[in-house]
Amino acid sequence: MAELLQFISSGLTVGAIYALVALGFTLIYKASDIINFAQGEFVMLGGMTTVFVTLAGVPLPLAALIAVVSTTAIGVALHRFAIEPARGASPVALIMITIGASIFLRGVAQIVFDRRFHSLPPVFGADPIQFGGAAILPQSLVVLASATVIVTVLWLFIERTLLGKAVIATAANRLAARLIGIDTRRVVALSFAVSAAIGAIAGILITPIALTSYDAGTLLALKGFAAAMLGGIGSAPGAVVGGLLIGMMEAFAAGYISSNYKDAVAFLIILAVLLSIPQGLFGRAKVERV
Amino acid sequence: MMILEAERLSVSFGGVRAVDEVSIAVEAGQVFSIIGPNGSGKTTLFNLVSGIYTPNHGSIRFAGETVTGLEPDRLARRGLSRTFQNLQIFLRMSVLENVMVGHHRHEDTGILADLMHWPSVRRQNAATREVALAALARVGLADDAGQASGSLSYGALKRLEIARALASDPKLLLLDEPAAGCNPVETQEIDRVIRSLVRDGITVMLVEHDMRLVMNISDRVHVLARGRTLAEGTPEEVRSNAAVIEAYLGDHGAKEAVRAFG
Amino acid sequence: MPAIVIAALIAILPLLFPSAYYYRIGVLVFVFALAVVGLNLLMGFAGPVSLGPAGFLGIGAYSVAIGPVHLGMPSWLCLLGGALLSGAIAFLVGRPILKLKGHYLAVATLGLGLLLAIVLTNEARWTGGPDGMSVPRLVLFGWSVRGATTWYWIAGATFVAGFVLALNLMDSPTGRALQAIHDSEIAARVLGIDVARKKLAIFVISAIYASVAGSFLALFNGYITPDAAGFLRSIELVAMVVLGGMGSIVGSLVGAIVLVVLPQVLTVFHDYEQALLGLIVMVFMIFLRRGIVPSLAVALAGWRK
Repeated sequence: MAELLQFISSGLTVGAIYALVALGFTLIYKASDIINFAQGEFVMLGGMTTVFVTLAGVPLPLAALIAVVSTTAIGVALHRFAIEPARGASPVALIMITIGASIFLRGVAQIVFDRRFHSLPPVFGADPIQFGGAAILPQSLVVLASATVIVTVLWLFIERTLLGKAVIATAANRLAARLIGIDTRRVVALSFAVSAAIGAIAGILITPIALTSYDAGTLLALKGFAAAMLGGIGSAPGAVVGGLLIGMMEAFAAGYISSNYKDAVAFLIILAVLLSIPQGLFGRAKVERV
Repeated sequence: MMILEAERLSVSFGGVRAVDEVSIAVEAGQVFSIIGPNGSGKTTLFNLVSGIYTPNHGSIRFAGETVTGLEPDRLARRGLSRTFQNLQIFLRMSVLENVMVGHHRHEDTGILADLMHWPSVRRQNAATREVALAALARVGLADDAGQASGSLSYGALKRLEIARALASDPKLLLLDEPAAGCNPVETQEIDRVIRSLVRDGITVMLVEHDMRLVMNISDRVHVLARGRTLAEGTPEEVRSNAAVIEAYLGDHGAKEAVRAFG
Repeated sequence: MPAIVIAALIAILPLLFPSAYYYRIGVLVFVFALAVVGLNLLMGFAGPVSLGPAGFLGIGAYSVAIGPVHLGMPSWLCLLGGALLSGAIAFLVGRPILKLKGHYLAVATLGLGLLLAIVLTNEARWTGGPDGMSVPRLVLFGWSVRGATTWYWIAGATFVAGFVLALNLMDSPTGRALQAIHDSEIAARVLGIDVARKKLAIFVISAIYASVAGSFLALFNGYITPDAAGFLRSIELVAMVVLGGMGSIVGSLVGAIVLVVLPQVLTVFHDYEQALLGLIVMVFMIFLRRGIVPSLAVALAGWRK
């Protein structure tokens, strides 16, 4: 029982991070149909920037803020200088552009920062809280609480603001959105900004638990992408559920099977889900129109 | 002999009955047209008959055998081909290559032979090319064989689709709005092509809005409205059917209808 | 015709090589170009995107490592066995996976590639784990194949063979069916093409290409690590296809040349290598989005007019 609780808590923590990465994928995909493989680098940049700015003597909260703002700026720049000029390119070409961006950001990170592993001090110390026989890190609770806040704020923004409605309209039908006067280019830029910010926050949150380094983004992007797919690409609740599910599956696989195969189990289950429900858990099946 | 018999076909999408208990029987060697207002289920009926959709209810018999639920490629290999309302051209390929693909069901080379380019493949390529050129000639596109398919005009692309379907040597050919977007000269050309097909014993099913073409060329006309059968008969019978005129064009359109049908 | 030109180029080029190092680069170009031709048959001609082709490269590579070391089998037999195994795996998983479309297909192939890489990393008893294992030399009829110069000719000849087979396939009933599927699956189906079967066939063929390339890579390097099957290797292969030009067999060679030679040149820039590589991929994809060879073809046609 204690063991189970332990796995659930660590699974939810990692899962929350995957969920945030998946949410980033989903936002950009909704607005532009682009799968942004540089999403993992946003997470890396959030963590690494915070680490190096605190090393320079800046207090942690301010360093975190600097990291989020600078990563957001990089997200906007990515859209402005790489995505926008490639408008109308094939989906594969766009995927290659974002993968190129991911390699580029990784390369820049190893120049600006370094190639070592780094960590951050946890917000509420490193002493685990005993709960039902399981040892739960206070940072896990911070991750879960923050992820909940981010998802809620994002939901409120989309549902309650005019700009959010513009995002929905753009996602539903880009041409129609343009016809009623929505600047869809700005909506896409916004989606990159928000995704980058969410990614950076996820990176800052997870660094005290899992170490970060210049190349930490790749696997996170893959897991986040898989989570978004598992939930049904384009579905925000799907992204959250998909992320949490993958986190849990990994934790259980690591605990009960072998930690070497935890990545394998996650991808096996994703394959199984995709093959049995090709549109993902929350996606809708399409009728082919000819 | 009936080449196609569909019994009480129904299909729904998201609770909407797109086709509702429609039965048709198509006599071999005839032109069988389906007309009806936009959204009445004509193309959906085509998609059912050609196997792209599977009916929720009902059965389809083609050339005497039950084919309900059969995949489109299996139907095609039995001799049922079609064209599309929204063009489905292989845009990366030349005009000739497009039509060569149409002959695929008669090509019998293995993948190993294809990789090695054995003499059987060379012979097959030559034979397929002959068939394709002949099909192009029938629709008046022989001179464009070497062009990139994307460079053809809209009306020519419509005829290219017909040639491609012809290269498969079908028993039954479904033409989905072949004259849509065509100018009168191109429509005349399509009229001529359809007549020549029928002369060669190919049965033609036609979905078309151009009433002059439909009434000129059809042996039987089946009228759909909101997914249901409204009437069926010879062009004359349908033309004078009051219910058809009303459903098709509404009260206001009745006068125009008389002109159009007349 | 293009095959003859390329074969002639391969034969003449060594006259300009100042050192054995250039033969080495040549071998790597041919080996990757072979895998890329296979991947291009799948992605460029038939359409399905694969983000996990390196998985099959890894199978081929480890076949010629594990077979001789652990099972005492001759390398050439392991090369064939690896190709057979890759083809069999592709055949088994291909049918369900290829039913998926677009991004779902991308994530499924990605997952498949990662799974293969994870197995190779973790089965250390057989594969040496993350550190990899050494690969015994290829021995053909008692002749031990060694040296970059010898491999240059072997890899060059194999690439030309793969190149010719690919061109043959495209000019055949199967090739036309595949290209048709890429442009309109629905039209291909109503013309009697069994889309699932054709896609599966090309998926298997492309896996065999990758596997053979992987075997060559391992035999040539004499050493293999799980990176050969990893995500970045897959992306590199896909990048070669897209960069050279989807659907251009000649482009596959060009893509492989660019992405094999470029990192060699960029090592001069040490730390800036990765950043520059990423930047170059982005710039190419933004400004030559159809790929180098098709873009050049269009430019040339325009210039002639």
